[in-house]
This record gives sequence, C-alpha cells and structure tokens, in this order.
Amino acid sequence: MIALIDYKAGNLTSVRKAFAALGADLFTPERPDDLASADAIVVPGVGHFGATRALGPEWIQAILGRVGELRPLLGICLGMQWLFEGSDEAPELAGLGLLSGRCYRLPSTDVKIPHVGWNSLDMQRENTIVDQVEDHAQVYFTHSFVAPVTGDTVAVTSHGQPFASVVQRGHVAGVQFHPEKSGEVGLQVLRNFLGMVG
Amino acid sequence: MLSKRIIACLDVRDGQVVKGINFEGLRTAGDPAELARRYNAEGIDELVILDITATLERRRALADTIRAVARELFIPLAVGGGIRTDADAAAAVDAGADKVSLNTAALSNPSLITTLAERYGSQAVLVAIDAKWEDDRPAVYVRSGSTPGNRDAVSWAREAEDRGAGEILLTSIDRDGTKAGFDCKLTAAVSRAVSIPVIASGGAGTLDHFVDVFTDGCADAALAASIFHYAETSVRNLKTHLRDAGIPVRL
Repeated sequence: MIALIDYKAGNLTSVRKAFAALGADLFTPERPDDLASADAIVVPGVGHFGATRALGPEWIQAILGRVGELRPLLGICLGMQWLFEGSDEAPELAGLGLLSGRCYRLPSTDVKIPHVGWNSLDMQRENTIVDQVEDHAQVYFTHSFVAPVTGDTVAVTSHGQPFASVVQRGHVAGVQFHPEKSGEVGLQVLRNFLGMVG
Repeated sequence: MLSKRIIACLDVRDGQVVKGINFEGLRTAGDPAELARRYNAEGIDELVILDITATLERRRALADTIRAVARELFIPLAVGGGIRTDADAAAAVDAGADKVSLNTAALSNPSLITTLAERYGSQAVLVAIDAKWEDDRPAVYVRSGSTPGNRDAVSWAREAEDRGAGEILLTSIDRDGTKAGFDCKLTAAVSRAVSIPVIASGGAGTLDHFVDVFTDGCADAALAASIFHYAETSVRNLKTHLRDAGIPVRL
C-alpha cells in the first residue's frame, strides 16, 4: 500500500484519481504510526511552505524511518520542496533535509510570478523517475518558489531563470510540476514511481 | 519557455454544452464529457466548465458533470458559474475541480477570494471579470453581463490579485460570441496591471485572433468555446498556427 500524506495543503482528489487510473489505491494515514504498513510514500501539496508545519516531528520521524528502510518517496510540488533543507517562504521551518539546498522565490524581473502553465523538462540524466518521458516534454506547473539546481537535479525548467523541476537521489524523488495534471506525460511519471515501488 | 495556454470553455446548462451569442440565444453543442475527451485528444491545455443553469438542482447536476469530465482527464479543470459560497466551491472541488472561478460573488463579497485562497491555495482561485468599454473605461458587469458592477476592470483585477486570486479570466462582453477577435486593448490593460496570469476570453473567430491576443493583448492564455465546439478548427490546428507564428505552445 502507498501512503498519501494529507496535511491540508490542497486537494488530494486529483492525485488519488490519477494513481487510481493506473490501478494503484492510495491510503491516507491518520497517524504517523500508520506509515509502518506503507510500501511507499507520496507527499503532495500546493500553496505555502508554512503548510508543512502540520507535519510535525512525529510525522518527520515516521517518514524518514520508512525512507531509511528504502521505501520510495515521491514529493509533488510543495511536497518536493519539503524534501530540501528549507524554503525562504517560511524560514523558521525546516524541511525533511533529504536533499541539500534551500528553496527560494523565482525573481519576477521579466516573467510573471506565479509560474502557471505548461513548460518543458530539459533532462539532465537517465534512469530516473522521468524515464520514457521525452526530452523537452511539457508538464503543468503552478508555483512561485523553486528548488535549486544541484547534483540531485534530473530535469531543469526555465522561467526567467533555470530551476530544478525533477529531482532524485536514490529512491527519493520529487517533481515541481503536477503529474496528476500533466496528461499522459504526468501519468508516465506516476507509472515510473509505481515501478520503483515494485 | 512557458507555453501560452489554449483553454476550451464548456458552457453547461442542464448537463449539456451550449454556447450563446452575447450571452443569449443558446443552442446545444453536445455532451460535456464527450467534448472534453475530444479536446484532450487534440491537445487542449485546460478546460473550464461554466455552469449557466440557475435551478435549485443546479449544484448536484454540476457535480455530476464535473465528475464525468474529471474521471478520465488529467489536465487542469476549472469550474465557474453560480459559485457564491464556500459550500458551492467545496462541492466543485470535491467533485474534481482544480480551480473555481468566482464572478458576481467575488465582487459582492471580495473576502470570499481570500477565504478560498487560504483553503485551497491561490492557484485554485480564478476571478472572472466580464467587462465592456464605456467611453474610455473598461466597466465591470456582473450577473452574466446584465448588471453594472460599478468598478473599473483594471482596478478590480489588481484588488482581486491582492486578495489572493491566482488568475484572472477576462471576458469582453463587447466581443463575446461575435467572432470579431479578442479585445486586445482590454486584455493588455489588465495583463500589464497584474502579475498573475490573465486568460483572455470573448471574440475568437480566426486563428490569427489568437496570435493577436498573445502578442498585442499580452495574454497568458486564451479561452474559446464555439470555435472548437462546431469543429471550425481543431485545437491542434490552432496550436500549429501559433507555433508557426513564433508563439510558444504545447504541441
């Protein structure tokens, strides 16, 4: 069973529906202990980094515990940003710290912020969560803050300046875009994640 | 580079897609789920379901329509028309809407924008503005274009952004259903005044009208209904035309 973490940061219906279309039923753990039975974890979310405050030390410990047992973890949008050390959006909160770096606001010098719409993935390496997705394929974004380009970056997207749109380190992956809203390309990413779960 | 979005609008009444000329004279254009499927296959970037029914049964029928469309489509779906309260918005979101579009209710109760933005995130809150020129002023109209809103479209768009709107859906009442082209002057005035995306609506008749609204109109997205419903052009055909004109699109 795959756990879908609900911390009230947006509506989970579409994420659940997209996984269901691929034959995967996700459960929503009510307490951190419920994660003990999770084969994998999905952290979705849109909106303000401050929303991750709802995932207190017990949740963090439970999630890191499963990750330590090599269970795959997928962060989507805000969930991906949470994989990093923190974000300028809520400097007082720490992220999961599974990936190094801090999230920051995209500068709005010559582009509109928030970054809303379809933009392309420029692939940086192979054998990842975006396998079988064509280079420059377009996916749906809606966000203002971004993760830095680091050694964990799998794909880069540009909006005024480049940012990490797909990240992966071992069995921990994250996508800044919304795979549940990105048509067939997005479904392929979710399929790849299911493949990691085995 | 961020693509310019092409959005198809399904005006739904009693579960059927209809399209009016200047908001009147409706005629049936098909089953919403069937049309949505066709547009998705053609590469539409987003869908808007606009409920133009006004009966007590409206909300339940609308939820059924949203569910039918959302069941198999994995692209953004916005729902508008008659969303006046938290409960209306929650019903639409629960049925599978990614965004709710507020129009009359946003103007009469602007705090609803903030309430919904705090609950679902700004990306889920679209403020729809229907405007027409009165002398040199883009005047806002509400109640399906029938009642003056006593506001200027540019200042209202700015206020909506400040209150938490994630996008503006701007419809030209003068052009709606006329196929005379988008109102580029109106669109540019609003788009330049806000930092959130502006979706231009009303007046699409030819492929070049879309080129115009993305260049002269500074639109981030363009919405159309009848040009697609009656298969006058396909979404793919339109996007190919835009790409050839140097406008970034998802093809």
